[in-house]
Amino acid sequence: MAIKDYIRERFFPHLWCPGCGHGIVMNGMLHAIEKLGMSRNEIVMVSGIGCSSRISCYVDFHTLHTIHGRALAFATGVKLGLPELNVIVPMGDGDALAIGGNHFIHAARRNIDITAIVMNNRVYGMTGGQFSPLSGYGTKATTAPYKNIDHDFDIAQLAMAAGASFVARTTAYHVKQMTDIIRKAILHEGFSVVEILTQCPTYFGRKNKLGDAAEMMEWFKDFTTPIGSKAKKENDDLIERGIFVQKEIPEYCEEYDKIIEHAMKGS
Amino acid sequence: MDKNIRFIQGNEVCVEGALYAGLDFFAGYPITPSTEIAEHLSSRLPRKGGKFIQMEDEIASMCAIIGASLTGKKVMTATSGPGFSLKQEALGYAIMTEIPCVIVNVQRGGPSTGLPTSVAQGDVMQARWGTHGDHAMIVLTASNHQDVFAITVEAFNLAETYRTPVVLLFDEVVGHMREKLVIPEPGVIPLVERLHTSVKDGVDYHPYLPREDGRLPMSDFGGVHRYNVTGLFHDMWGFPSSKPEIVQGLHRHLVDKIRNNVNQIMRYKEYYLDDAECVLISYGSSARSALHVVEQRRPRGERLGLLELQTLWPFPYQMIKDKCKHAKYVLVVEMNAGQVLRAVKRAVGDPERVFLANRVDGVFITPTDIRNILRIIMGKGA
Repeated sequence: MAIKDYIRERFFPHLWCPGCGHGIVMNGMLHAIEKLGMSRNEIVMVSGIGCSSRISCYVDFHTLHTIHGRALAFATGVKLGLPELNVIVPMGDGDALAIGGNHFIHAARRNIDITAIVMNNRVYGMTGGQFSPLSGYGTKATTAPYKNIDHDFDIAQLAMAAGASFVARTTAYHVKQMTDIIRKAILHEGFSVVEILTQCPTYFGRKNKLGDAAEMMEWFKDFTTPIGSKAKKENDDLIERGIFVQKEIPEYCEEYDKIIEHAMKGS
Repeated sequence: MDKNIRFIQGNEVCVEGALYAGLDFFAGYPITPSTEIAEHLSSRLPRKGGKFIQMEDEIASMCAIIGASLTGKKVMTATSGPGFSLKQEALGYAIMTEIPCVIVNVQRGGPSTGLPTSVAQGDVMQARWGTHGDHAMIVLTASNHQDVFAITVEAFNLAETYRTPVVLLFDEVVGHMREKLVIPEPGVIPLVERLHTSVKDGVDYHPYLPREDGRLPMSDFGGVHRYNVTGLFHDMWGFPSSKPEIVQGLHRHLVDKIRNNVNQIMRYKEYYLDDAECVLISYGSSARSALHVVEQRRPRGERLGLLELQTLWPFPYQMIKDKCKHAKYVLVVEMNAGQVLRAVKRAVGDPERVFLANRVDGVFITPTDIRNILRIIMGKGA
């Protein structure tokens, strides 16, 4: 199926700013789905609130655009309701890890077969550039006019500690790697987290004098490195890209089916 | 002994009613005094191939049932005051997106942590107005086990009929007391199943275009029709829109589908109202004490009657006005500071004949409490 057929062109133009990374991620995601040859009817895209969450409206799957932070809780209901569906959840860093942080760690802990794609642009874009839990110490935002004194955390480490069975990171610059990782994440049976560093030139870039979209993407190229690379050993400030974890552990819906089987025997 | 006769807690009656109605999916979080509903369903649902999930919090439970409902399941969650507060945003989402679901609130004393193990009926207004924005709500209650069972089935039926969340507003006394329940044979209480679209594959399906009768046939996720569901104001495709005519139209539809059907949604019971000069109006466990007073005083020739409300919202203003037309006094019996009292005053027209018998101290309102107020109203001194 052509990539174009996955898009609801009727609902264009989209609302993203020029230079935004979310369109690149949507593109990567649709290419991954196309490579998997999946039918549109077997995919449910569930999202919360924010710029990245609008992806769900533009794609021709079963789409559920929910409330801020709770996409994974809705997605858990969808997945457990009909486990044969492929559930993909595009999220922003604030949506996934501030207001939705609790659902994030618990979905990981359950290892329910949902693919969470966290577009980390280190800012609340939809509301106009406030700092997020991923902005980091010393950054500027409309709610941190002097400087941000909140420390960020590492999404991949958090996801691994919470029990996610597939954890990866890539960037909007590395589209081929992104497509490949998303494809593997969707195929993986269990909770998958893909963190994608994306540029928000409008707010994060402007407030922190990081240049335009192209310059921000250059930064992704220059300041990230494959996991375990020699460059990382020489410069610990580099951000690692690639698959951190991919392990087979019992998936939640399959475990629940065993509960049903057991309970039915007893009744 | 008939195996359909049980002697159980009200919370378990709610479970039996939900299963009778066809519940397939429950998500919940432990909270007193509703926890037994989750406990029983964790055991009962998998035995019929259904699913129970204990979520990480109250909000997630509400969200999970909405998600599961979209896959075609009949869904429910249960909570009490603090949890009900937390669920309000997602409840509004279910209203806006017109997703059938049932929310049980076994009320306890509030505000805040309040009185976790004591009875209260303080969430009547929260059930109506707890989520933000103008909207309509269906809120049901009952005072005894047979009615708890029937009204629970009714909640599922109304949720499907009007594609809306329905709140079952029980209270701690009803939830925890034990009494007899006769479970009807399957088919005795009619069930409303999900109305699915008859639109075929390849033909445009408009998920948010009401039929002439106002109902919206659904298409389950995973089916042949792919559409968008959003909590934003949306057009007939489910796509976000802020066009004034779209907003106005959806707003009207969401309110009118319930407001225009007050008479279909209205459930109540009446005792000795024909010649009553004093009408007691009550609901939930308070109605048990009110009925006791009425039945005790009738043989003495005192013309007392009871109107027991089972549908609290949409509020049956006209019915109450009619039933109280000839009453000299109207006495609202409830365990809050007068939440239904205010609505009754609006309904009857001349509010000076409406009085309140209530308790707000976590203690169940007794017939004596009601009789004491009756003496004052009727000028017999305290």
